[in-house]
Amino acid sequence: MHIQQELTERHVLTLTVDNEAGTLARIAGMFTSRGYNIDSLTVADISEDHTTSRITIVTKGPPPVIDQIIAQCERLIPVHKVTDLTEAGPHVERELALVKVSSTGDQRVEAMRLADIYRARVIDATTNSFIFEITGGPEKIDTFVALMREVGLVEVGRTGIVGLMRGADAS
Amino acid sequence: MPEKSGAEILIDTLIEQGVDTVFGYPGGAVLPIYDALFQQTKIRHVLVRHEAGAAHAAEGYARSTGKPGVVLVTSGPGATNAVTGIADAFMDSIPLVVLTGQVGTNLIGTDAFQEADTVGITRHCSKHNYLVKDPADLATVVREAFAIATKGRPGPVVIDIPKNVQVATAATDVKRPARSRFTYAGEADYAEINRAVELIANAKAPIFYTGGGIINSGPAASEALRALAELTGAPVTSTLMGLGAYPASGEAWLGMLGMHGTYEANMAMNQCDVMICLGARFDDRVTGRLDAFSPDSIKIHVDIDRSSINKTVRVDLPIVADVGMAIRQMVDVWKGRKYKKQRLDEWWARIAGWRAVDCLSYPGSTQEIMPQYAIERLFEATKDKAPIITTEVGQHQMWAAQHFHFDAPNKWLTSGGLGTMGYGLPAAIGAQMGDPDALVIDIAGEASIQMNIQEMATATQYRLPVKVFILNNEWMGMVRQWQELTYESRYSESYSDSLPDFVALAEAYGWKGIRCDDPAKLDDAIAEMLNFDGPVMFDCRVHKTSNCFPMIPSGAAHTDMILSADQVSGTMDDEAKALV
Repeated sequence: MHIQQELTERHVLTLTVDNEAGTLARIAGMFTSRGYNIDSLTVADISEDHTTSRITIVTKGPPPVIDQIIAQCERLIPVHKVTDLTEAGPHVERELALVKVSSTGDQRVEAMRLADIYRARVIDATTNSFIFEITGGPEKIDTFVALMREVGLVEVGRTGIVGLMRGADAS
Repeated sequence: MPEKSGAEILIDTLIEQGVDTVFGYPGGAVLPIYDALFQQTKIRHVLVRHEAGAAHAAEGYARSTGKPGVVLVTSGPGATNAVTGIADAFMDSIPLVVLTGQVGTNLIGTDAFQEADTVGITRHCSKHNYLVKDPADLATVVREAFAIATKGRPGPVVIDIPKNVQVATAATDVKRPARSRFTYAGEADYAEINRAVELIANAKAPIFYTGGGIINSGPAASEALRALAELTGAPVTSTLMGLGAYPASGEAWLGMLGMHGTYEANMAMNQCDVMICLGARFDDRVTGRLDAFSPDSIKIHVDIDRSSINKTVRVDLPIVADVGMAIRQMVDVWKGRKYKKQRLDEWWARIAGWRAVDCLSYPGSTQEIMPQYAIERLFEATKDKAPIITTEVGQHQMWAAQHFHFDAPNKWLTSGGLGTMGYGLPAAIGAQMGDPDALVIDIAGEASIQMNIQEMATATQYRLPVKVFILNNEWMGMVRQWQELTYESRYSESYSDSLPDFVALAEAYGWKGIRCDDPAKLDDAIAEMLNFDGPVMFDCRVHKTSNCFPMIPSGAAHTDMILSADQVSGTMDDEAKALV
């Protein structure tokens, strides 16, 4: 007998949740205990009175599983609203990365030139290193990081994705 | 500004919420609450003998009365011992509010004496949980906890209260409004109800597949179900959790469905053209093999919890609503549109054919008490007394579900989802606390009863006349049955060795003990049990090797039922198995 693998889709979910102790553990733990995937997860307080946070989760699964993930999230008491951005229509996704490279000579010049093309900003510099700050969709950041590997990549920090629906309405 | 301690605020808020009974066990981290309990008279505290017993007793209380059960236990081992009951209530959607003591907030995280991360441990086996760090929050949290436990799909809510929060004081005249973040389904959308009613009215072979949701929705939901079944003329089957919602004496009753359900119920589920699932959740014990589950039916699913819909079985018409309200709406629409009862003669004729198999028959004996016979006689002796039946888990539980018949909701308390051995005795104690005049019987097995047998002392202390009716076959019968069917009768650790003398044990606890091993004397012995005004332990020595049939082996289809012991799984084709 072998374990069967199903075809999966990537979905970006945004959750509006109560900003209180344990909410993140409740959501992340629910994913673990029910065997769902988390590719990335971001969370931050978004309301003026600090009572509400927004969580953006990138997950993968077959469509019925995605549907079940949304239902299970909605069932949690601190979760007010779940939006599947991937289903909801046009939306923007952005991620921020900090990328440290260390190199000298031609490689240092090339790193700087690539950073310029990718509109990455230098936020720290020494004579033999840079830290670049780059924002964009996940593919752009993947590509940039891959290029930096060739010119002295040291380490990368990524925030994970945040997303909003296009247009005037709230998601 | 008047101030009260956290413990006093807690007790005041429990009283405000209508709590009159708490099941608990004291310990270091709840001493302030126990002291506050001591100084009031409105709440009765029932001292159990193990915290698991407290949680199951609260479940029994909740399920028989329809009110939330309340548990009070200390930190660390007190809380961890209660976890099985919390998980049990979560699986079976039983409203509980569980109050756990915790070490002081300054000690949390230091591995203090009797510290456990209760909120972490119960996070995924409770509907919601709280760690209260300020006595000023307590009243709001307790109110919110009762709302969450009882509204929507019910479930257990845990409130972890550090000891210093119980002692510290807060103003009592500040009423913080409860947060209104919690929403739950009520009435169904009428467009969906209309469609459902149309489907039922045009069905040639409809079936109602009902579950515990109807019990949870309240007695009115059971009434509405009876009306809908009468109007439509369609047959009714139920899950283990839903027994009693439709009367077993009703014309449309097919018996329980699922792994140990009746042949007619499972065949009707397989062959129906419209399935109306009301407050049930397509559990694996019900569906059997998913890809062979009722392959040709249109499925309507009414559930209060959106996550139950399309979880395992894809349905055609999902309706997220309180099942009681939805059924009432269906009744109204049916009457409003003046639908006539369908002519379902052909469907009922097929059902009569399946019924003729007489799947619950068993070999009789004049020498030994057959376990099924024992349940039948117990039913005959008590059916006019509206008994509340609790069970443990195993063969005796399934025999009780098959051979004891329920005509009313809230009379059948069994651990369905989690399948917790040791549930029945404390649940019986809880049910008896909820209704001191009721006849409460725990139908048990000799193995299960030992898992919470310490609760006999609780019944003695509170003079609760619970009856424990043990089908004693000296085996963990269901384990042995599976070992016979699946492991060529290699009986690995399933023999109940070194059993206590249950009669002597009963007497040691101040109960009456009765033993019977003769079918001719069984009725008299049962009468003796029922006539005794006090707790009785009945050691019913039954045929040792009987197995529970019919049975759908795990992972098989509804049509692959084993009807009796001489049929061996996997050697016949499906057609043959279905016909024998």
